[in-house]
Amino acid sequence: MRIGVITFPGSLDDVDAARAVRLAGAEPVALWHASHDLEDVDAVVLPGGFSYGDYLRAGAIAARAPLVQDVVDRARQGMPVLGICNGFQVLCEAGLLPGALTRNGHLHFRNRDQALRIERADTAWTASYEARQRIVVPVKNGEGRYVAAPADLDRIEGEGRVAVRYVEGNPNGSMRDIAGVTSEDGRVVGLMPHPEHAVEDLTGPSTDGLGFFTSILEAAVSA
Amino acid sequence: MPRVVVDVVLKPEISDPQGQAVLGALGRLGHDSVRSVRQGKHFVLEVDGTPDAAELKQIAETLLANPVIEDVELHLPTD
Repeated sequence: MRIGVITFPGSLDDVDAARAVRLAGAEPVALWHASHDLEDVDAVVLPGGFSYGDYLRAGAIAARAPLVQDVVDRARQGMPVLGICNGFQVLCEAGLLPGALTRNGHLHFRNRDQALRIERADTAWTASYEARQRIVVPVKNGEGRYVAAPADLDRIEGEGRVAVRYVEGNPNGSMRDIAGVTSEDGRVVGLMPHPEHAVEDLTGPSTDGLGFFTSILEAAVSA
Repeated sequence: MPRVVVDVVLKPEISDPQGQAVLGALGRLGHDSVRSVRQGKHFVLEVDGTPDAAELKQIAETLLANPVIEDVELHLPTD
């Protein structure tokens, strides 16, 4: 299985994301934001970082990049897409996921190991987990506070779109402790924490993050 | 060259921690009469020819502002 990892100007975690893809047993394919070539990949990961310096709004300019427009079109046809941190911000800005990410409530950058609860274990990117499973992966962001209007939050919750929630402390003031959300069809998932930084004992707080990348392989096998 | 101004501010129901931090600083400086601060963005666009209102509305609503969380005001030249 070929999984594309898109690099933008200012991406930081594309190499780690590609490494996580490889450790999970898939083939990572490096993609460049300015091209119009998805190179026949089966799924796409949008990595963390500060695309375009977070100018205008985090993820706003990257969301209008040529390749992201192709990703949006393919995602609407069912291609799985995972957005991590800045990638999540891009997916919200591109309209593939509901809500928005804004400056942390306490205005500080927050970098720590974070406990999460998997709320949806039936998406393309979380099928390796059990529902309500607790995992620990790093979180690191300055604009990670998930927000939406109250009525929209009720709808997002009502439709079961919350994929991952912060537990044991909310690092950035995200409304309703929301750490990640999914598209209606469960093929597109975005989250602020970094599962790609928790795939090896040597460098991560756990290997809990690997499940995001093995999930997509399971989804391919069962499809 | 015609100048078009676009003001963007968070919707009232979205909390604004930056505005609150400014409000806190004002309080510490003794400006107790200020009740609330909402921080936003101010764009000045210089455009060729007569500004196309529909095109500028699209620019304002699809790139300069995120309509999920922000309100936008477009100010076209009046002369």
